[in-house]
Amino acid sequence: MNPPARLPRPVVRAATSASPAPAADAPLKIDVEHLSFFYGEKRALEDISIKIQANMVTAFIGPSGCGKSTFLRTLNRMNDIIPGARVEGRVCVDGHDIYGPGVDVVAMRRKVGMVFQKSNPFPKSIFENAAYGIRINRMASGKSELAGRVEESLKQAALWDEVKDRLHESALALSGGQQQRLCIARALAVKPDILLMDEPASALDPIATQRIEELIYQLKTNFTIVIVTHNMQQAARVSDFTAFFWLGRLVEYERTDKMFTNPTEKLTEDYLTGRFG
Amino acid sequence: MERVVRHFQEELEALQGRLLEMGGLAEERVRAAVQGLVSRDISAIDRVLYGDEPINELHVEVDNRCFKLLALHQPMATDLRAIVAAVKINTDLERVGDLAVNIAEAARRYATHPPVKKLIDIPQMGDIAQAMLRDALDSYVRRDTVLAHQVLNEDDRLDGLKTHIFRELLSYMLDDPATVEPALDLILISRHLERIGDHATNVAEDVIFMVSALDVRHHAPNPPV
Repeated sequence: MNPPARLPRPVVRAATSASPAPAADAPLKIDVEHLSFFYGEKRALEDISIKIQANMVTAFIGPSGCGKSTFLRTLNRMNDIIPGARVEGRVCVDGHDIYGPGVDVVAMRRKVGMVFQKSNPFPKSIFENAAYGIRINRMASGKSELAGRVEESLKQAALWDEVKDRLHESALALSGGQQQRLCIARALAVKPDILLMDEPASALDPIATQRIEELIYQLKTNFTIVIVTHNMQQAARVSDFTAFFWLGRLVEYERTDKMFTNPTEKLTEDYLTGRFG
Repeated sequence: MERVVRHFQEELEALQGRLLEMGGLAEERVRAAVQGLVSRDISAIDRVLYGDEPINELHVEVDNRCFKLLALHQPMATDLRAIVAAVKINTDLERVGDLAVNIAEAARRYATHPPVKKLIDIPQMGDIAQAMLRDALDSYVRRDTVLAHQVLNEDDRLDGLKTHIFRELLSYMLDDPATVEPALDLILISRHLERIGDHATNVAEDVIFMVSALDVRHHAPNPPV
């Protein structure tokens, strides 16, 4: 995959309060300011500030337990259901704080979709899986519009050609990679602006992984994508910007090509070169 | 943070060891070629002429090691820069070996003529080129960018000597046409020594890139990647 074309370079401040700002002319999609997250007494995320640009792929990397998945889930309030969980700080999507008073969380999640590590299609047909969000949100006025939306989302998820002749068969009969793309189609069907992906390819074989990565590359034309991955090579291949997390802190946030060839922080360097004890 | 000693690290050190071995061979061959020229020792010159094989074998081996490390470990950051630098240094050292052969070829022809003059500047160029090579390799081993920058500065001295040699030999050739052939060989040798300095400069530039990610080629310090 070609490296991203000349990207604006984010401004990065030092470790604990890394607060990169994208270049002034780059459209901002998500603006997180001083976000901390607590599981009861335990602080899992510490004072994170980050500006995520529209129509870019931003990857979160870091060792297990560093908080990257927790942080991803704060971006559409998926942590709300965890008992004792508490958030401080602001997460603005298109300028509106999603933790502000009176926010319609369901509507917000329609805008900020999510794909998980383990593909989790409903035990329904392929068609019904893709149609699910459209139906419950009453986003289609008739059968033909619904079918059109399903087809569009399956095409966006690069799955249409493989399933168009068996739309009414069980989604559970699909391969792992196809199931994951179906979940992406299901997330895309409600027309989100942002797609959060939590290890979307970690349970897939290399060919299926490659298809997901290619898909991510194509989707960024229309969506802003944030991906958590354990696989550094994957982050290097698919993302425009990379954020490195360590012990609940954002250590470095940089253009991906810079991060993987010449990271600024020693800690990032040690992680990328495997020199962690 | 405790550093984990890994298989990759051992491979990287082995790669560095082979490159240094190659650098040592290249430097020795430059020394032997210039020495053979000065002492008009045909058998010493022939040893340089026909002894390029060990460097060539190392050239292939180092390339293979680099490919293997890139393919199997997908290195990043410092490690990535170190391997990319090794690939480039490898090419430069192999070219130095070839240039030593070129010097030996010219020295062999030169030895069939009466000496044009007492050789002073060419041995001096040889000393400088060898020192540049040695320092460039030392800077590689020690990750020493200060030393690498010193190598870059030395290059001007070699260029100056080459110009001086050309002018001096030109006067000999104008004076006595019988000296044209041997004098041209000396001019060629000075050109080869100057090229060896250029390769040492390349190595030093690669060291600076490897250590600090700064691209200082073509005299323009470019911002880090």
